[in-house]
Amino acid sequence: MYLNQFLLLSAALFATGVYGVLARRNGVLVLMSIELILNAVNINLVAFAAFGNQPAGEVFALFVIAVAAAEVGVGLAMVLLLYRNRKSIDLAQIDLMRG
Amino acid sequence: MSTSTLFAATGGFDPLTGGEVMVAQNIAFAIMAVTMLVGAVRMVTTRNVVHAALYLVIVLAGAAGVFILLGAEFVGVTQVMVYIGAIIVLFLFGIMLTRGSFGDDDGVDGERRSMAAMVGALVLAVMAAALVDTFRDAELSRAQPSLTADVGDLIFSQYIVPFEAISVLLLAALIGAIVVARGD
Repeated sequence: MYLNQFLLLSAALFATGVYGVLARRNGVLVLMSIELILNAVNINLVAFAAFGNQPAGEVFALFVIAVAAAEVGVGLAMVLLLYRNRKSIDLAQIDLMRG
Repeated sequence: MSTSTLFAATGGFDPLTGGEVMVAQNIAFAIMAVTMLVGAVRMVTTRNVVHAALYLVIVLAGAAGVFILLGAEFVGVTQVMVYIGAIIVLFLFGIMLTRGSFGDDDGVDGERRSMAAMVGALVLAVMAAALVDTFRDAELSRAQPSLTADVGDLIFSQYIVPFEAISVLLLAALIGAIVVARGD
């Protein structure tokens, strides 16, 4: 197995996640796209751990999973608050601070 | 110096697999990669929000398979438990609690979509060019799984400070989420 096949898969997932973050207007779907990006990073970390034959990369992948869990919890709480206050989670309408 | 390390130093010979090409692993990787990519593209393009969450499950399960293929069993199992077990459920709750704001539809206008597609394609092109140029035909040499005991030793010795920081972060996120989402 080549190292590059994993890295290219990860790059494709990352690009798809970037597209989702930019194109989606639903707050929940933007958070899901961020999960896609974090997963692409994890594939990179584990692939390099296998390539360099040292488990430090796997440790970092576990840390990233933990941070992703925290991020989703806080992010969804914010989306819920947004929905409760404005009856909408359309990110295109969140322009309160526009100059 | 043993003969196997000597062989490994002289070229692309893999001492663990005897230099043979790992056909089964490559087939498994191809299946998982295609499934993940299709799922990811469907996730960011589908109109139905619940379907998007289910497509995300496919991508996350594929990532768990890739981790196991790479010999990182513990990360793969953690991925299944934390992502598919917990985070997806959280997402489904979030979708159901905010239903009615969009309906089933996530209306994306054409200009925004084409700009996002351009940025995504650009990111992919730059990264692919850099990766292909850097790691031309670097091979993965490890054919045996990494030991979970080694990962645990590393977490609790060399990376104990980040581990404690993550613990505090999770606690802070837990309290913060409760405070933010609590009604009045």
